Amino acid sequence: MTRKQFSALPGFGLTMGFTLLYLSALVLIPFAGLILRACELSWADFWRLATSERALAAYRLTFGASLIAAVANAVFGTLLAWVLVRYEFPGRRWLDAMVDFPFALPTAVAGLTLASLFAGNGWLGRFLVPLGIKGAYSQLGVVIALIFVGMPFAVRTLQPVLENLEREVEEVAATLGAGRLRTFVQVIAPSLAPAVLTGFALAFARAIGEYGSIVFISGNLPFKTEIAPYLIVMRLEEYDYAGAVALAIVLLVFSFLLLGAINLLEQWSSRFQH
Amino acid sequence: MTDFLAKQRALGLKKSERGTEESPFIKWTLIAIALAFCLVFLLLPLVNVFVQALAKGWTFYWNSLTHPDSWAAIRLTLLVAGICVPLNTVFGLAAAWAIAKFRFRGKSVLITLIDLPFSVSPVVAGLMFVVLFGLQGFFGKWLAAHDLKIIFAVPGIVLATVFITFPFVARELIPVMQATGTEQEQAALTLGANGWQTFWHVTLPSVKWGLIYGMILCNARAMGEFGAVSVVSGHITGQTDTMPLRVEKLYNEYNAPAAFAIASLLALLALFTLAIKTLLEWRQQREYQKAQKELIAR
Repeated sequence: MTRKQFSALPGFGLTMGFTLLYLSALVLIPFAGLILRACELSWADFWRLATSERALAAYRLTFGASLIAAVANAVFGTLLAWVLVRYEFPGRRWLDAMVDFPFALPTAVAGLTLASLFAGNGWLGRFLVPLGIKGAYSQLGVVIALIFVGMPFAVRTLQPVLENLEREVEEVAATLGAGRLRTFVQVIAPSLAPAVLTGFALAFARAIGEYGSIVFISGNLPFKTEIAPYLIVMRLEEYDYAGAVALAIVLLVFSFLLLGAINLLEQWSSRFQH
Repeated sequence: MTDFLAKQRALGLKKSERGTEESPFIKWTLIAIALAFCLVFLLLPLVNVFVQALAKGWTFYWNSLTHPDSWAAIRLTLLVAGICVPLNTVFGLAAAWAIAKFRFRGKSVLITLIDLPFSVSPVVAGLMFVVLFGLQGFFGKWLAAHDLKIIFAVPGIVLATVFITFPFVARELIPVMQATGTEQEQAALTLGANGWQTFWHVTLPSVKWGLIYGMILCNARAMGEFGAVSVVSGHITGQTDTMPLRVEKLYNEYNAPAAFAIASLLALLALFTLAIKTLLEWRQQREYQKAQKELIAR
C-alpha cells in the first residue's frame, strides 16, 4: 500500500502525540531516572556495590535457579505442547485452557500455595520431605516457583509452531522407511528447535526478574536462598539507594541482553514457518 | 504418496503402524507424564488455595475477608485497578491506532519501547519510581516541601501498577487492528462519517474482542501485582496494603488461613480471567471454522 492511502485516515497527530507523551511520562522518564542515578556512582563504587559477596551469592542463585527452571520448562513445555497438539484424550481442551493458569494467577498466591504444598506438612511435602527432598524454604523451592511461572511461556511459544508443522513431511519420512524415532530426531526436532529455544529464553527472562512467588517459598536467607531482586528490596529498606540501583542495573543489562537474544531467535524461527 | 497412504488405510493399519504416529505405549506414557506434571504444577496449587482458605470453616473465612484491614486492602486493589485499566486502555487504543493504521519511521522502535515494561523485573520497576519520587529521589525534596506524597502512598502504587500493566492492551490491539486493515474506515470516511464516528462505529466494533481480552489481562495483572507495588507501598496496614501485600503480611504474621482467604479471591480472579480468555478463543475458533466451511461450500 502506498503512503497516501494510509494518510487518508484522521487522528495520526492526536494518537501519536498521546502515545509518545504517555510513554515518556510513565516509562521513559522512570527509566532515565534510574540510569541517571546509576551514572552518579563512580565506576569503582558501582563495581564494589554490584559485586559484594552477598550480591554475588544472590546472582548465582537467581541465574542458576532460572537456568535450571528454564531447562525443565523447555523439556516439559515441549512434551506438554506435543501432547496437546498431537493427541486426542479426554480433558484435552481443559488441560489446554489450564496451561495459562500460572500466567493469570498473582505471583503472591502462587508462592503462598506452592510453599504450603511443599512444606513438611503439605500435601506433597509430607511425602517428599522424609525422602530428603525439601521443596520449601530451600534453593529447590526457588526452582519450583520458577518452573511454575515460566511454564506457559515454553508451551505457548511451541504450540502454534507444532500446529503449523506439515504432517506430509513426516508421512514422506515414513514412506521412505524411517522409524518414528528417526523421523522425530531428524525431521521434526530440527524445525522445532528455534521455537523451543525461544520458549526457553522467554521462561529464563521471566525467571530472572521474578520476585512475588519466590519471596514466599525460598525463606530469603542471605547467601543461601536470597535472590537478586530480594536483595534490591533489602537495600532499599536500609535506605541504601546506591546499592539498590547498582544491583538493578546489573539485572536490567542482563534482561536487555536476553531481550536481544529473544528477538534474534524469533527472527530465526519465523524463517522456519511457511 | 497419497496412493501409499490410501493403501495402508485400506489394509486397516493404524496411524502408529503407518509410522506417522508414536506407538500407543509411548503416546499414553507421554500423556501420563503431561498429566502428572499438570497435576503437581497446576491442579494441586489451585485446589490447595481453596482447601487451606476454608480449613477453619466458613465463618473464619468470612471473618478474614471482612476484617477491616483486609477489607481496606480489597478496596485499594479495586481502586488501583479501576484507575490503571481505563488509563492503559485509552493508551492502548491510541497507540494501536497510530501504529496499525499509519506508516512512519521508527515504528519497530516504538513497539519495542511499549513492550519494555515486560522485560523489567517488577522490583526494578518499583525502584524506578522510588528513585524519582522517594525522599532521596530527584523530586523528593520538592514533593516534601509541597506536602505531597507519592511513594509509600496510593499515587505511587497506581504509578507502579500502570508501568507494569502498560503493554497489555496495546499489545493485544496492535495485531488485531493491523489485520483488519484500513479499507472499512476509508469507506466510512468516503460516505461522510467524521473521524470519531468512524472510530466508534467501524473500528471499535471490529476490534472489541481483542480489546476486551487485553483489558481482562491488564486487570488481572493490576490486581495481582506484587513486586513493584511492594517496593513503593510502604506496607501501612489499612492504608497502602493491596490484596497481594495483605496476603504476605498475614502469612508473615503466621496467620496462614487468613492469608489463604484473601488469596482465594485472587485465585478466583485468575480463574475468571482464564474462563473469559478460553471462551474468546473458542469463539474465535468456531468463527474460523464456520468461515472455512462457507468457503468450501462455495
